[in-house]
Amino acid sequence: MSAMLLPLADFTAPKIEYNELAPLLVVFGAACVGVLVEAFLPRPLRHLVQLAITVVAVVVSGVLTGILMNDNKELLAAQGAISVDGPALFTWLILLALSLISVLLFAERSIDGGLSAFAGQAAAVPGSDAEREGTAARIEHTEIFPLTLFAVGGMMLFAASNDLLVLFVALEVFSLPLYLLCGLARRRRLISQEAAMKYFLLGAFSSAFLLFGIALLYGYAGTMSLGGIADALSSDTGSDTILLAGTGLLGVGLLFKVGGVPFHSWTPDVYQGAPTPVTGFMAACTKIAAFVGLMRVFYVALGGSRWDWAPMMWIIAILTMVVGSIVAITQTDVKRMLAYSSIAHAGFLLTAFVGLAQAGSGVHNGITSTQAVLFYLVSYGFPTIGAFAVVTLVRDAGGEATHLSRWAGLGKKSPLLAGIFAFFLLSFAGIPLTAGFTGKWAVFSAAWTGGAWPLVVVAVLSSLVAAFFYVRVIVLMFFSDLPADAPDVALPGWQTTSAVALGLAATVVLGLVPGPVLDLAARAGEFIR
Amino acid sequence: MNIGWLTLLLLLPFVGAIATMLVPKAKALTAKQVALGFSLVTLVLTAIVAIGYHRNGGEDYAETHTWIKAFGAHYALGLDGVGIVLVVLTALLTPIVLIASWNDAQHGRWSEKSFFAWILGLEALSIGVFSATDVFLFYVLFEATLIPMYFLIGGFGGPQRSYAAVKFLLYSLLGGLLMLASVVGLYVISAKAGEPSYLLSDLMKLDISQNTERWLFLGFFFAFAVKAPMVPFHTWLPDAAGEATPGTSVLLVGILDKIGTFGMIRFCLGLFPNASEWATPVVLVLALISVLYGALLAIGQTDIKRLIAYTSISHFGFIVMGIFALTSQGLTGSTLYMFNHGLSTAALFLVAGYLISRRGSARIADYGGVEKVAPVLAGTFLFAGLSSLALPGLSPFISEFMVLAGTFSRHKVIAVIAVLGIVLAALYILLMYQRTMTGPVRDGIEKLKDLNAREVLAIAPLVVLIIGLGIFPKPVVDIIKPAVDETMQRVGVTDKAPQIPVTEGQK
Repeated sequence: MSAMLLPLADFTAPKIEYNELAPLLVVFGAACVGVLVEAFLPRPLRHLVQLAITVVAVVVSGVLTGILMNDNKELLAAQGAISVDGPALFTWLILLALSLISVLLFAERSIDGGLSAFAGQAAAVPGSDAEREGTAARIEHTEIFPLTLFAVGGMMLFAASNDLLVLFVALEVFSLPLYLLCGLARRRRLISQEAAMKYFLLGAFSSAFLLFGIALLYGYAGTMSLGGIADALSSDTGSDTILLAGTGLLGVGLLFKVGGVPFHSWTPDVYQGAPTPVTGFMAACTKIAAFVGLMRVFYVALGGSRWDWAPMMWIIAILTMVVGSIVAITQTDVKRMLAYSSIAHAGFLLTAFVGLAQAGSGVHNGITSTQAVLFYLVSYGFPTIGAFAVVTLVRDAGGEATHLSRWAGLGKKSPLLAGIFAFFLLSFAGIPLTAGFTGKWAVFSAAWTGGAWPLVVVAVLSSLVAAFFYVRVIVLMFFSDLPADAPDVALPGWQTTSAVALGLAATVVLGLVPGPVLDLAARAGEFIR
Repeated sequence: MNIGWLTLLLLLPFVGAIATMLVPKAKALTAKQVALGFSLVTLVLTAIVAIGYHRNGGEDYAETHTWIKAFGAHYALGLDGVGIVLVVLTALLTPIVLIASWNDAQHGRWSEKSFFAWILGLEALSIGVFSATDVFLFYVLFEATLIPMYFLIGGFGGPQRSYAAVKFLLYSLLGGLLMLASVVGLYVISAKAGEPSYLLSDLMKLDISQNTERWLFLGFFFAFAVKAPMVPFHTWLPDAAGEATPGTSVLLVGILDKIGTFGMIRFCLGLFPNASEWATPVVLVLALISVLYGALLAIGQTDIKRLIAYTSISHFGFIVMGIFALTSQGLTGSTLYMFNHGLSTAALFLVAGYLISRRGSARIADYGGVEKVAPVLAGTFLFAGLSSLALPGLSPFISEFMVLAGTFSRHKVIAVIAVLGIVLAALYILLMYQRTMTGPVRDGIEKLKDLNAREVLAIAPLVVLIIGLGIFPKPVVDIIKPAVDETMQRVGVTDKAPQIPVTEGQK
């Protein structure tokens, strides 16, 4: 209350480091411009203009991030609310790169008869005349582009937030557009809307957990800033009960976004229902943002109480790996299978997170947890989007043929496409000479460096189970006969082609010469406070 | 002088694989000729390297380049006595298999050229595995060999090929992933000691605590035991070898499985000498069980290819026994055994393949009296079988004898029981020969054609080598011995003095 009573002369404007925050501002600014475009430009122009704005914004933001990385300047910006440090910049860069690919997929119009993967009129009742008229008139929701930009901006902010309130705001900024995007599928709209509803309800629920956790931590430390909480922890002033409860609730909220078991149940439904390009975007980018946010909160703010939360995270890591890989075996839908695979990958990431191998923790020269996680996120993100891009191409009359049995004999029909998909699967399975192997190696060694070798053993055994269901799909594609009513393989436009090609190139390069990216991740260093 | 000979050896088959794939589909014959050409050039180059190695030792061939600095991984190749022998075996068997399988891929799932290309790819990776001197590189290549083999089995085998291929892959991955845990553990120890490095020479200097060493050893050993394969991790082999084409089986048993025993020598003994000594009793018992159990099951088989697969399990038992007997005789014998087993099993599988392709059945019961109709075929079959049962005068005899003698000097009971394996070997080979080749001519056999020139051409080098090395094994032993002595030194064991010492002159 006292602050409000201060005389006006004492008020100083907050100092905003515009240069360092430029990547964020560009994305958010472009998103706002996109909204205006939606309001003022005639419909025929919108698609092109929106696409151009989005691509330019993402590229410019990426270049700015690159410049910042090169300057090697780390600081707490916006009065300590946002931390522009090495991991944040690295995360921004991969988020932007993957968003660029996703946006290309969003803009793809040539595989479904000149229409995008998104509903023409989301408000029209599925199966109604209004919907048919909209389709006939080729109406499109070009709002998806500004929505995507908001989501990307929110993710970037989330990964860099140095304050629990900013963290929460960022979470909502990137979640709300995603809820919407999930419900916008052109085909199978009911499933899509159901997915959006589920995602929204569960997401809101987890946000409540997060908020409650934040409130409790505020009660413990008397501050929202991550550094302040760390200070409070080291001076050990508040009540342990509140601290533990706050940590637990905060963990629930963050692990929900990460897709950790037992907070994963939304993943398969949402991944299945959402338009496939959006699924790819979520699977890659949400996971990246959520993971870096999780690490930042637990390492920076709660690093001092690691012995309290590490056992919980051990259990969750084990559960996530085991459940993710075992349940994936029973899946009969490609998208659901990839969803469970993404859960298993979250588990592998958690091993490095729990390993807590930090540069300062007495282990020298070894790989650090931050480095390993950042690298893994890169090595996981590119094949993921690539794989979902492939899924958009296998189609029959009802849209994408995602049931696994429909993929039988795909290797005969289109050896190239099936070969690429098999390569992505091998990368997910962690077969050497692919990105997935180097990524797995990195997180496992970080986990072991931190002493979590039992997790490594569980992880390799889960990898075996995971390998089984990836290989099953390869067997299905290459060793089964082509049925008479096999789905077609759509001819992709340049957007999907480049998305798949980029994913493939990244998977190969990161498998053969991961050195540069690993060094970049190492240079990102640790989170600052 | 080092001009990257090993890189060249590794790249050549790989380039050959790509070249083979690039030949248009309609020209299957050209594709096959291209593949064969590349494999022959590789063989010639390997011969040059082997002669150079014989003259000047392995230093000339070492190559080391940093690959992934953060992991401490290097692109490091080098040869020792064990490695060169297996590289030669790989380079030798590949063209033989290509010639022998000239028409085997016609009924595969994919084009013939892809069969040939996968084989060349496998050759490249195998040469890499046998010459890698960096554990990370070894692991990567070790796992990568699974992919060509998986497609070779799954794409070109019998009716159950998909099942066999997946079983092969999952067993191998299980071993490989547990090994991955150990590989990661090595990194952590290496990083704690200073700059992380996966070079064998650096890892050997590490000081590993007793418990850690044992765990890491188990990770590696398990992978190699699955690969080798040892009882009780062997069940994938009869399925894989039974379903695959004979050529694929030769590569699988003759080359790929050798990675297991090769890894035991180079990595288990080399990196974890104390743990290897600690594990000796259990490993020897498992090896003994493999010898006897494999042989007994071989006797009971009704399928020729599965029978040969089980004989290999028995032979691999001998090889592992020789390795873990930890005597220089045993180790030398085992290394020699790897080479000889490659030759004799290749001969046996290929001749059996000729036979099966003529009759269209692999069941022993479908044959009888072949020697009357196709004497050359029956003769080579007998020869291959005799070499497999280690008839004196043929090369496998020498290695089997050395293994048994080496084991006997340290572990008498085990060696004595293992000798039973030889008796059983005579039983399974001669029974199979008797049932298929002798007796009255069965229906469907009357018109059996004898071997043609191409088939004889493929078998001839094997026959010559088996006889040649049976009479004069010295060149190979000379190459192997220094590497074995080095390993023995590393493990810190010396041969036991003979029980009856050579008496010096009375003073």
